Amino acid sequence: MIRSEVIKSIIPVITDELVVCNIGLPSQELFMFDDQPTNFYMLGTMGLCSSIGLGLALSQPSKVIAIDGDGSILTNLGTLPTIANNVADNFVLLIIDNGSYGSTGDQPTYAGKKTSLAEVSNACGCENVVECQAEETADVLKDALASNKMTIIVCKCQSGNIPVGVIDIAPVSIRDRFMAEVKRRAGA
Amino acid sequence: MAGDINKRIVDDLVANGIEFVTTVPCKQLGGVIAELETRNDILHVPCNKEDEGMGLCAGAFMGGKKPCIIMQNTALGVTFNTLATLIQFYQIPLPMLISFRGELGERIACQVEMAIHTKPLLAELNIPTYHFHHPDQVEEFGDILAYTQMCAKPTAILTDAMFWSRAQ
Repeated sequence: MIRSEVIKSIIPVITDELVVCNIGLPSQELFMFDDQPTNFYMLGTMGLCSSIGLGLALSQPSKVIAIDGDGSILTNLGTLPTIANNVADNFVLLIIDNGSYGSTGDQPTYAGKKTSLAEVSNACGCENVVECQAEETADVLKDALASNKMTIIVCKCQSGNIPVGVIDIAPVSIRDRFMAEVKRRAGA
Repeated sequence: MAGDINKRIVDDLVANGIEFVTTVPCKQLGGVIAELETRNDILHVPCNKEDEGMGLCAGAFMGGKKPCIIMQNTALGVTFNTLATLIQFYQIPLPMLISFRGELGERIACQVEMAIHTKPLLAELNIPTYHFHHPDQVEEFGDILAYTQMCAKPTAILTDAMFWSRAQ
């Protein structure tokens, strides 16, 4: 399975969770498969998906899934100790690890070589770290959401991309509809 | 007075609804960071790098908490992409309380190398910038925080060594 197939496989598992999605192809794929006001698409800023997700999870009670990538985590490796030491049990960080920088042409990452992001996460102090194969991701995500424990999932998949369009929503519109959804829940 | 000014700054954060603060360590701002730790109405999440901190702030803002980042000017360069493509692009109000290293009163020459670029870089990004040199300028801090929310932009509050030493 490649990343787009992993994203497609987890859509039925995502019910009312807030989703922060990584820059580039992951956001474009999620937008194409299942656009929702509860999706926050990153249009820029490589590396900060997990940080935005953690800040969001620490600031409101709804469950948050950050769909990140191995290249993005490597760009912002300091995020893992911050996550480990600021536990938000409504936060799941899903690292789709295809061992490549997919959005820039599948150049290999170190996560596809000697570096294990699951072991790095453990070493940083993250307590619930699950490494799985692509086909298992939906079930692992379902279990993580049911556990009510902050969880880091490292999903190992193949590199490769599918043709996708750009996200034609203005950034402020993405932000506004996402925040309206957060606010609606706070008032519910 | 130093303790007073730290307390004053954190009081202004609270009075202006700031509930989420991320920090990168700084000697000059150490008193403010220590004061933050004593408050129950602010969630303090130390970060490892300034752009990471801005990501945390963006998430906190969308989660309904007004954020603030406390950092040094020496790291301004590494935040450029984040300021442009996240904070400004999505119109997220973000006060940046910045230790202005390398200004009058500085003892480490290397800090000057970044200090001379600080205001031009902020100007290049069209970021409203305020420079606190005398302790009485802290009187404007609350107004700057309110202004930041009003215009939904990042703002920079540069606090130099003279500001802090005169507040002793």
